[in-house]
Amino acid sequence: MSTLHLDAEALYAELLKGVRRLLQPDTALVGIWSGGAWLAERLQKDLQLAGSHGVISSSLHRDDFGSRGMSASADHTKLPFDVNGRPILLIDDVLFTGRTTRAVINELFDFGRPSSVTLAVLVDRGGRELPIEPAFSAARVSLAASQNLQLAKDEAGRFSFDIQAR
Amino acid sequence: MLSKRNPQLNKHGELVHLLSIEGLPRPLIHQILDTAGTFLSVNDREVKKVPLLRGKSVFNLFFENSTRTRTTFEIAAKRLSADVINLDIARSSTAKGETLLDTVANLSAMHADMFVVRHSESGAPYLIAQHCAPHVHVVNAGDGRHAHPTQGLLDMYTIRHFKKDFTKLTVAIVGDIVHSRVARSDIHALNILGVPEIRAVGPKTLVPGDLREMGVRVCHDMAEGIRDADVIIMLRLQNERMSGAMLPSAGEFFKHFGLTPEKLALAKPDAIVMHPGPINRGVEIASDVADGKQSVILPQVTFGIAVRMAVMSILAGNEA
Repeated sequence: MSTLHLDAEALYAELLKGVRRLLQPDTALVGIWSGGAWLAERLQKDLQLAGSHGVISSSLHRDDFGSRGMSASADHTKLPFDVNGRPILLIDDVLFTGRTTRAVINELFDFGRPSSVTLAVLVDRGGRELPIEPAFSAARVSLAASQNLQLAKDEAGRFSFDIQAR
Repeated sequence: MLSKRNPQLNKHGELVHLLSIEGLPRPLIHQILDTAGTFLSVNDREVKKVPLLRGKSVFNLFFENSTRTRTTFEIAAKRLSADVINLDIARSSTAKGETLLDTVANLSAMHADMFVVRHSESGAPYLIAQHCAPHVHVVNAGDGRHAHPTQGLLDMYTIRHFKKDFTKLTVAIVGDIVHSRVARSDIHALNILGVPEIRAVGPKTLVPGDLREMGVRVCHDMAEGIRDADVIIMLRLQNERMSGAMLPSAGEFFKHFGLTPEKLALAKPDAIVMHPGPINRGVEIASDVADGKQSVILPQVTFGIAVRMAVMSILAGNEA
């Protein structure tokens, strides 16, 4: 098994700095469910942005629907603002193949036409299968395709990483 | 022994056809209702469409007339990006003498992925499910007096939406229960979801005593039937299914079992009034009640689309 250790809290501090540089005056943060949504919620507070962050789910646009079927979770998208003309900054915990990012961009456009879409992630683990690159990643790691990397949050709201064999 | 597997489920216990609510596990019903909740918000988007059934063909096979159910299935399938083909079979092949299975075989050869079936014979959707290709999913949109599972599920969605917890409710189903596949589907669903008191209310000719075997309390008195109820489901008086004199007259029925504001006052103050539609004003329900603030008849219609989207998307994602 991997001996990789990722300090999610330290990486979050880096993400905060990186996201601050990407902000435009009207930027709306949208976290990708579920890990990205936690990050967006905390970033919204730490950056003292007005209004609420958005949450977006890939479930209705996934390209593996035929083999994985419908997910039962009530993880539906909530965008409490008009996306038309807004610069959108997508936040995710882990960027891997890029397929989730592709699906949520489609989901986003079902709500309107943003002026731009940018992506910032906590960890970029490589292995891209689509031409998608983040504008910022707090860390790049290399993991076997069989390993699953996921953000976890404890009751106090502190982040950590889970690495498991798929 | 009933050791045979439920024909609606695959070996992993996933739903591959929706034929009846009877025998569905409780978590599966909640999964459908949760998924419907996700789809409800799709109606508020600028683009009211998701691509889950893109490239799939859904055939609406209505061997019996229906406008509302067929339309809501059509809307649901289109919002999932499916291609929808409506066949008014009652007026086509069947009239020329083709058998049900020959019709289905022909449609399968046209590469159907899903059949939505309404038939006046109980069990017709089961027969189709047994004989169609393994990749084809069947949804029962009402068969005879037997079942109308998507109506049952949308009723459960409505109750959950307004009342949250099933395990403390008293639900009264009022009217023509003997002819009603909706009542049968509702009773199965309410039992599975743990509703402690289900009442079947109506005259002896329309509410037979053997309904007690389904775990319901039979009431032939309206006041007794709806007193302190949390949910009242009114059924349509189905003149087209009645043979002979089961009722003196529609007026007589309304006098005893029609839901008026006075009778509704016997139920809990926050009771909701449901009806699967189409409503007969002044026959089973007074206009004041149908249009009143306790009526949730129109939300039922909206929820019905989301529930049908949920059923079709769950089926399409599961393999036989």
